Formats: sequence, C-alpha cells, structure tokens
Amino acid sequence: MLSRTAAQLYWMSRYLERAENLVRMLDVAHTLSLLPQSRSAAAEWSAPLVVTGVLEDFTARGTPLTTGHLIDYMALDQANPASILGCLKAARENAHAVRGQITAEMWEAINTTWLEARERQQRGITSVSEFFDWVKERSHLFRGATYGTLQRNDAYCFIRLGTFIERADNTARMLDVRAKLIAPEHAESARDYYAWSALLRALSAFEAYHAAFRDTLEGRRVTELLVLRPDVPRSLRACCDEIRAILPQIETRGSDNDPGRTVKMLAEKLAIRLKYCNVDEVLQRGLHVFLSEFLDEAHRLGESIRTAYLETV
Amino acid sequence: MHALTLPTPGHYDEMLLASGAVRPHYQAFAEWLHSQPPDSLARRRREADMLFHKVGITFAVYGDEAGAERLIPFDTIPRIIPAADWHVLEAGLRQRVQALNRFLHDIYHEHDIVRAGLIPAEQVFANSQYQPAMQGLDLPHNIYSHISGVDVVRHSDGQYFVLEDNLRVPSGVSYMLENRKMMMRLFPALFARYAVAPVEHYPTLLLDTLRHASLANNPTVAVLTPGPFNSAYFEHAFLAQQMGVELVEGQDLFVRDGFVYMRTTAGPRRLDVIYRRIDDAYLDPLAFRADSMLGVPGLLSVYRQGNVILANAIGTGVADDKSIYPYVPEMIRFYLGEEPILNNVPTWQCRKEDDLAYVLAHLPELVVKEVHGAGGYGMLVGPAASTREIAEFRERLVADPGNYIAQPTLALSSCPTFVEAGIAPRHIDLRPFVLSGREITMVAGGLTRVALKAGSLVVNSSQGGGTKDTWVLEAP
Repeated sequence: MLSRTAAQLYWMSRYLERAENLVRMLDVAHTLSLLPQSRSAAAEWSAPLVVTGVLEDFTARGTPLTTGHLIDYMALDQANPASILGCLKAARENAHAVRGQITAEMWEAINTTWLEARERQQRGITSVSEFFDWVKERSHLFRGATYGTLQRNDAYCFIRLGTFIERADNTARMLDVRAKLIAPEHAESARDYYAWSALLRALSAFEAYHAAFRDTLEGRRVTELLVLRPDVPRSLRACCDEIRAILPQIETRGSDNDPGRTVKMLAEKLAIRLKYCNVDEVLQRGLHVFLSEFLDEAHRLGESIRTAYLETV
Repeated sequence: MHALTLPTPGHYDEMLLASGAVRPHYQAFAEWLHSQPPDSLARRRREADMLFHKVGITFAVYGDEAGAERLIPFDTIPRIIPAADWHVLEAGLRQRVQALNRFLHDIYHEHDIVRAGLIPAEQVFANSQYQPAMQGLDLPHNIYSHISGVDVVRHSDGQYFVLEDNLRVPSGVSYMLENRKMMMRLFPALFARYAVAPVEHYPTLLLDTLRHASLANNPTVAVLTPGPFNSAYFEHAFLAQQMGVELVEGQDLFVRDGFVYMRTTAGPRRLDVIYRRIDDAYLDPLAFRADSMLGVPGLLSVYRQGNVILANAIGTGVADDKSIYPYVPEMIRFYLGEEPILNNVPTWQCRKEDDLAYVLAHLPELVVKEVHGAGGYGMLVGPAASTREIAEFRERLVADPGNYIAQPTLALSSCPTFVEAGIAPRHIDLRPFVLSGREITMVAGGLTRVALKAGSLVVNSSQGGGTKDTWVLEAP
C-alpha cells in the first residue's frame, strides 16, 4: 500500500478515536463537577486541555475554568483545532482522500458525522450527556461499519493500528490524572470512590470491574484492570496485544527487508512487559512513573510506525 | 407518443431524415420510444441524475465539502452507429494513429518528412510542443501515443471528418464507461432489441497496452494524477481502480540510482510504467517547470535511460497541434503509402499569406482557432458571432496570424436529445479512444458529446456540453 494512503487511513481512525476519547475525558470532568464537594477539581478538569496541548490557548482567553466553558471549548469550538469538532473534521478529510480504499458504509458514517457535527455546532449543545452519547455512537458506528464491511487487508490493519495507538495513549493519560489518589502519601477519602467510578464509567469498564473483582472500588484494583487485564478493551494490555497482533499482518516483501522490524520489536517489548508485570510492581514503581514510562514507549512506537510505514523515504 | 422536433435543414441527423422518417438503424428505438409513457421516461431521467450524483459522490474525493462536483449532463437517447460506418471509422482511426506515431518517431530521429519537404522545418522544431529532450531517444516498439482520443464529426452529407487528434492526455473515457452502465441499468429492454458492441473491457485493454509499453518482465503500472483538485480526478481514480493499479501523486514517487520508486508500506517499490495524467511541463521540476509540485524530480533522466515508460511519451503535443493537423493526410501517404480513409476538415493556415487573405475576407462563415488552444477557448465561430465580436477577433488575427488556423463552419450532425420542450435535435461529435500497444485496439464507439444549447456547435463540457451513450451495432 502507498505510504500516503496508509498515513491517511491511520490518521482517519486516530482522529475519530481521539474524538471519542475526548468525550470520555469530558465525561469524567462533567460527572465530578456535579458532586457537592468538588473544590479542587480544576486540576482534574484541565486534563483534556493538557492532553491535547491547548491549556495555554485556553488560559490566554481569560475564561474561567468551569466545566461549562471547558466543554464548550473542547467540544465544538471552531477556534480550537484540538476540539472534538476539529478531530471529526480531520478524520473526515483523511477519509475523503482515501475514498477508494474504504467502503461506502464507512464513508457515509464518517461523512454524515461531520455534517451533523456542523449542524450541532450551529445549534449549540443543549444536553451535555446527549452530545457525549452522540459522539460515542458515531464512533461505534464507524468502527462497526469497518469491522462489518472492510476487506481484511493493509487498509484494515492501518485503521486498527491508529485506533489502538490512540486508545492506549488516552487510557494511560486518564489513569495518570488519578495517579495521586493511589500514591503512598495519599489519605483515602469518600470522594475517591466517585473519582474511580467516574473513571471506570467513562472508560466503559465499570461492569468489567465488578465482573472481575466482585468487590468494592479501590485504586489498586482499578489499576490492575486498566493496565494489566487483557480482557478489558480499553486497558493498556488489551491495546498493546492488539497492536502486536496487527503488525505481522501488514504485507511485507520478505523478512530480510521488512521496514517494520523496529516497530514489531517495540510492540513486542511493550506487550510482553504488560503481560509479565503484576500490579505490585506497577505500584512499587509508582503509578505515575510507570505510566510516564509507558507513554514514552508508546510515543516511540508511534514514531517508529511513522518512519517505517507512513513517511517512508 | 413523443413529439420529435424535426432536424434543422442542412444538417445530417443521426436518427431522422428531413421528412421526419426514421433511419433504419433507429427504427427499433423509435418503436420502443413511442411505446413508453412520457412520465416513465422523465422518471428514468431523474433516476439517472440521481445515480450519477451518487456515483460522483461514491467515487469521489472530488471537489469540496459535500463531495459534490459539477456533473456533466447525461442524455438518455443513445447515439447509434451502424456496423458498416464503424468498420470504416475503425480502419481510418487505426491508419491515422499509426501514421501519427510514425511521425513522432521521425521528428525525434531522422526528420525524413521534413527533409522530404512535406512539412516546413519551423512548423516542427520551432513548435512550443516540440521537446528537444526526446531527440534520439528510442522508445520500446516506437510507440509515442499509447492512448489517443481522435475527435470525429459528421458533415451535412453524412461524411465523417477528423476534427482534432488528442495525443497528450485525452480524457472522457470514464464517461463512456459510466454512460453504458447507466443505460443498461435504466433501459435493459433496449439492449434486447439491439446487438450493441460492448465497451466494458476498455480498462483491460488499457492495462494490456500499458504493460506492453515496457520491456520489463511483469511490469508494475501506476496512474499518476495531479491530485484531487484536478477536474479529471474522478477519471484518474476510476481507471486506476478498474485496472487494479495504484493511483499515485508526485509526492508518492522518488528517483534513486536511475529508477523510479513508489513509497509503500512494504518499502520502495519499483515502477515500470506510468500512465501519467499530468502535462509534460509539470512532470519533472528539474527538467521542465521548476515550480511544479506535481511531478517527480529526476523523472526525465530515468526516462532517458529507458528505465521507466511514460504513457503517453513526452513531446507528443507537437503532433496534435492545430498547426500540424493540416499535414496529417500527407503523413499517412508518406509513412504508410496509403490514401487517408478519414478526411481532414479543410484548413486555412493563417501564417500563409493567401490563406490569411481568404480567411479575413470570409470571417463570418468560418471557425477560427488558436493553434495551441483546447477546450473550446479562444475560438471564433463566425456564423454565431456578432459584427463586433468579428471585428475584435479580426484585430487579434491580424496581429498574430501564425497563431491561428481557420476551417469552414461544419454542419455538425445532430441527434435527438431530451430538452425542456421535449425531444429536439442537438449537435454532437464523437471521441473514440485508440490504444497503441501490441497492435492498435479500440472499443467500438467512444464518447459522444452533445451541445445542449439549441443550434450550438460547441460540445466541450467546459462550455455546457453533455454526453450520450454511443452504440455501435454488431454486424448482423
């Protein structure tokens, strides 16, 4: 497959996944803001701004950091390229360029999403949770159309690769925001429960938690679930397992000159580390340190995908 | 019943005689047409519009936001060509394209035709389309124009004339294929009444032609497009998809150690044949226009080493130039020793004093064209022009006579066409696509373009033209 085409497929799905993840992040902020004792929440709310690198831009506007302003800015603000609207636009533009490589169902899903997003932008958001649900639904629809209609070829591989690279990054960052709750010096409070449950719900992992542990909510177990469990679709382990399984399916011309060797090595290392690690080791290292290291390695993996497949010389 | 407006006197109509009687090969169509309730036909036409729109969007990358590019209007009344007519046309086209390829080889090698005094040297070598870089370069099988689009029109006596040879990057073949698909879908019953020669295998013939153009073993072929903003991008994407080859842009290719490679996820992949839909000037910024972002730096040097094939070759424009056109019948006699099967339209070359004098005296009856012009721009259609337009054009012509040729206003044939007021005759031309590979091949017919404005003789889509499906009937 042409490198340019692979890059467009990969970024199409990364942007769509990013839009969905932004919603999940905003969802946590929104849920917590509804709690009565949410005083120091600002640090939490700024997470979506920090993660997308627009904190400075937001601060420069002088708008107070409230959930309302945050959601307005991160959802459909045309001036914010990192907004959900911006992601949907970028996803649609990439899809447009690879129209011949995706199915009609996929194209219609992504194109309609963009057209509706523009309408919603005109109308303004009336119900926050309805908007969140809509974005997630559109993302599910596209992924379902991909799963149900696209030939299992390189295009499929690069689309899936984009999804899991983006998702792993997002889960790590969302968990990292909560890392201080599990630090040794942290004094547990009743509010922790809500923080963990909001996180689990935002990552659609609340049911999985109860099925896996049948026990009360606790940071250590949440960490195990979101970092190490292979059967939770948004966990780091699950994402890395997917990436590791996808890479060998990308067509090569003989193993001698496989441009993806470095990528595969990094992906194997990442997956194996998560497979043979246990939660005690993670917490001993410190959750924040562990996740920072993970993000660095995931970043390196992303870079190696770029140089091996997407921007080849 | 459908009322058919009678053809304009002095024009040949493909379906009707001046009396309104139907020509034999349209008889079955006329019967079918009269058996159709009017609203059913209107419904089919709306369905066609809708389907084309959908296809446009489906394929499309084209254009902006909603993916809506301007669609070229499609008329559902087919242009039918009897087997005997096509037989002559095919032989004539084959002969003409063969001579044009011989001419291109000659002017980039020994210059026999110039030395024989048949074409003035300055007409060839001072032509802006002549590419000195091609001099002395040997191409496999001596083929320069692998894909030729030859525009054919019909005069009032029904005789076919070649109006223009397009040897650079002729377009329109995707409409020919889409039109047929649409007609079979909308009117299957008609295909039961007529034995229509198929056209659907064109992409296979094209791929064969392109692969044969290279001496490499199992050559890799790609279509090179300027990108999604080009007006013919739909066709580029369509043909690449139909042939099952990559659609590449300049940025997808690079040159290393004398070869051209595609950047792919499995590493660099060598490319042997490029079906380029980019003009000469934009192919290689190192050799031609330095500001071109569309081409591939170093491509010409690889081409000159014989390590990649470009289809069509560089420098074919000199042979389809309007200043060279008058000499094509001579070429056929000179290279093939045959008499031309298809006629040229009589042409006055304004660079010649006598011709210019005649043209200036007869402007209101002539069509005057720029020698390097295309797409129906920069021309004067005498009978349709106002006194003032003619006066203005006269000034331009006198200022630079070498830049113009003139032809009699051809009474282009007409074909019944759906218009607002019912069914009326509209003028048409025909562009068959001639492929030069192992042998010269073409699918029967080509693209019929139709001028949708009453009385208009300009069929170009950029000037409000539409298209029709072209049916060549199989010999009984």
